[in-house]
Amino acid sequence: MPPAIRLEAVWKYYGDYPALRNYTLQVAEGDCCALLGRNGAGKTTLLRVLAGLSPFQKGDISLLGWKPRSGEARRNTGFLGHGIGVYEDLSARENLRFFATVAGMKQAHSPISSWLERVDLARVADIPVRQYSRGMRQRLALARTFLASPRILLLDEPFTSLDDRAIAMMGELLRDARAGGATILFSTHQIREAMVIASHVTLIEQGKLRYSGVRTQEMLDDPGHLYREHTELGGF
Amino acid sequence: MNPLLQALWVARKDLAIEFRTKESLNAAGAFAVVILLLFSFVFDPASPEVATIGGGLLWLCFAFGGALIFNRGFARELPNECLDALLASPVSASSLLAGKAITSFVLLLIVEAVSLFVFGFFYDVRWWLHPLKLFAVCALATWGIAILGAAFGAMTVNLKLRELMLPVLIYPLLLPLLMAAIELTNNLLMNQVTSDSLLWGRVLLVFDIVYTSLAVALAETILVN
Repeated sequence: MPPAIRLEAVWKYYGDYPALRNYTLQVAEGDCCALLGRNGAGKTTLLRVLAGLSPFQKGDISLLGWKPRSGEARRNTGFLGHGIGVYEDLSARENLRFFATVAGMKQAHSPISSWLERVDLARVADIPVRQYSRGMRQRLALARTFLASPRILLLDEPFTSLDDRAIAMMGELLRDARAGGATILFSTHQIREAMVIASHVTLIEQGKLRYSGVRTQEMLDDPGHLYREHTELGGF
Repeated sequence: MNPLLQALWVARKDLAIEFRTKESLNAAGAFAVVILLLFSFVFDPASPEVATIGGGLLWLCFAFGGALIFNRGFARELPNECLDALLASPVSASSLLAGKAITSFVLLLIVEAVSLFVFGFFYDVRWWLHPLKLFAVCALATWGIAILGAAFGAMTVNLKLRELMLPVLIYPLLLPLLMAAIELTNNLLMNQVTSDSLLWGRVLLVFDIVYTSLAVALAETILVN
């Protein structure tokens, strides 16, 4: 079976600076891959290139066999970036209705209500998002990303601003999405949570691939092991 | 989903936000009304010359007021990185651009309607003699301004000096459209529909077709690359 996410010798430059250097990665369909690396390692760049938000200069990328900016790839991909991607002057319900409709979801009302329940925003669904706390906004962003049941999920630090309960909820969402056949690639600095959720791990340092493979029991027991073994600087 | 429907949904979302916040509508409306009010002290409303300069005065107000609207169009997508969420979604870049142009078109038409009433009141000009023809001129010229404003609004959205850069970039390109709109509006205000009117009407139509085609064709390049 061809990989759901495939990067082949990808180079991405910001001016003269190579943010991704000959990066090759394959994530099989149904895998949940944690993208780890220090600040500035290239995690966000990698996810933005995959989401088609940032052009790359060399190499080849495919998502379920499609080019990143193609309509099919966008229809089958959910992206959550650093920003939450929701409108402050609309309510949670209006935000979800807008994104569901433009995604072509017919009869969007019932999934919207169930997602609002699921991310615990049903009580405040009709007040403007600008009145929400940071954690509530992040949960709404998760609902927006998962709403159309995408086959690929690209999540950039999805645990940011979430409290313990919400992190547990997030883990549950990822497990359910994976059980439904979704392929997940998420970046995070919360290595312990990542190791629990992920089936695979990829490590990036200065735009280069340092490790890619199955998440082992050793990594679960000692999250620092990966950095010590596979990075030039060691430790985390 | 049909790209046109996607564009209409983008416009609907933007208009819902705009009618709640009234950010650009208040600014553009107030700007147009204040300019018309100030010039009413310069020109004698009883003078027949007012009708001959009326078109120029109105379209300068609309074009400058429009810049305030276009500046907000894509800037509205910057907080929370909503532009990324939209570009990564199934909304095509051309639908997004067209949606922004439709929003600007509707908002600018509202500003124009208010301005025309103010103009009629302070300048004693009977602009309502050819209401359908005037509406057609306004609609054609406003769409041209809106599509160009949306395209350049997308290009300048990440610039620090976008409020300055956007007018500097679009006004030279708008010259043929403004000339046509001014001539046609003057003819209608003076109740003189001449053979030249058809020619200027064609200029407006061709301008709209050319820039709409270019904007839709280049939307992906403008917004992503």
